[in-house]
Amino acid sequence: MKRRLLIFLSIFVLVARIPARAETDAEVEARKTALDLAGAFSNEGFKIRDGHWCGTVKRNDPTLIAVNLYAGNQYWFSAGATEPVKKIAVSVYDETGKQVTTEGYNSGEKAAAGFSPTNSGQYFVSIDLVEGETGSFCLVYSYK
Amino acid sequence: MIGLVGGIFAAAGAETGRLPADQLAKAVRTDSISIPTPGELFAAIEKPGKTDWSGQYRGPMPITYRNRAQIALNLGGLIADGFIAVEAKDSQQVKNIGSDIIKLAKALGVSENLLKRGNSINEFAENNEWDTLQEELEATQNEVKSSMQSHSDQDLVILVSLGGWIRGTQVVSGAIAQNYDERSAKVLRQPALVKFMQTKIDEISPELRGEPLVKDVSEELNGIEKLVSFPAGKAPTVDEVRKVKDAVSKVMEKIENKAVAR
Repeated sequence: MKRRLLIFLSIFVLVARIPARAETDAEVEARKTALDLAGAFSNEGFKIRDGHWCGTVKRNDPTLIAVNLYAGNQYWFSAGATEPVKKIAVSVYDETGKQVTTEGYNSGEKAAAGFSPTNSGQYFVSIDLVEGETGSFCLVYSYK
Repeated sequence: MIGLVGGIFAAAGAETGRLPADQLAKAVRTDSISIPTPGELFAAIEKPGKTDWSGQYRGPMPITYRNRAQIALNLGGLIADGFIAVEAKDSQQVKNIGSDIIKLAKALGVSENLLKRGNSINEFAENNEWDTLQEELEATQNEVKSSMQSHSDQDLVILVSLGGWIRGTQVVSGAIAQNYDERSAKVLRQPALVKFMQTKIDEISPELRGEPLVKDVSEELNGIEKLVSFPAGKAPTVDEVRKVKDAVSKVMEKIENKAVAR
C-alpha cells in the first residue's frame, strides 16, 4: 500500500514539475524563420517583442491568436512555417471579427501583415495554410 | 531586406467578411503574446508628445516582502519601472531598478540565470544602449516567468504580468491626466486585456486566489475593466482618465503595502 502511494506521489511530483510544453524541432525552426523575417522590420525601427506562439497550421482551419494592441503604435506580425507547409498567409481581424486592411508580405513558408490600429483593444491574428500540408508554424510580432 | 520591401503589398481588408463570434472565442490567448509589455504601452504614448518620464518615478520600494504573491505582483511593477527609466534614458535609475529586480526575484528562488541578466542590464545602462536595454528587460521578465514555471510556480506568472500592467497603466494614466491628449488617452481602452487577466487569476489555485491581497486585486480588476471599456473610436475624457488613474493607484497602494504580507 505504502509502495503504491510512493509511486503515485513520484508520478504526481514529476508531472507537476514539467514546465510548459517543450517546443518540437519543427517549431524551433519555424520560430527561427519568423524571427528572420521580423528582423527585416527591425531595420525600420521595429522592436521584436520577446514572446511568440507556435502551433500547427491545417488546411481550411486557420489558427487565430488574440493580441492586445495600442492605438499609436505600428505593428508587424511575422509568421514562419516548416515543411510540408508550402505557403502561409497572415491576416488581422478587429474585435468584432472584421478583417483589417494591412500591408502584407508573403513568400512561401513565411508571411507577415502590418498595420497601425486606430483603436486600442483586442485584435486577432489569423494564420492560414495556403499551399502544402499540415505543419508547424510560429508567430512573433514587432512594434514601434 | 530589398527583396522584402519589394514584396510588401497592401492587402484588401473586406474580402473574407467577418469572423463569427464563436470562432473569435476559440482564439488562442496566452500570457506570452496576448499581454502587451509595458514597453509597448509606453511606446504608444511617446509619439503624440514628449512625456516627462522621470516625473513618473516612485520612491524606493521595500524589497523585503515575504508573501510570494506580493513579491510576484511587485516584481511585475518593478520591471515596468525599468521600462520607465529606459524611456527617461536614465542609466543610474536603470541600474538601481535592475538590482532591485534581481533581489526581489531571488526572494522567489528563481533561476541563477537572472544574475547574468542583472549584469547585462548594468553593462547596457553604462553604455546607454537603450533599445538593447528594453529587450533585456523583456527577456528578464520572461526569464522570471519561465523560471517560475520550472519551479512549479505557474500561478505566479500571471501576477507578474498583472503587476506590470497595473504599474504601467498607473504611470500612463497619470501622465495623460497631467497633460491631456486625446490620441494618447486612447491607449487606455483595454477591456479584453483586463478580462483575460481576470480569467487567468480565476484559474490559479484556490489557496493563492484566497490570499487577501490576490482577492483584493481581483475584486478591483472587475471595476477597472468597466473603467477601461470605452467605446471603440472614442477617446476617454480627462475625467475618465483620472478615474482609471485613481482605480489603478488604489490597487498599486495595496500591492506595495508592507502590512499586507502574511
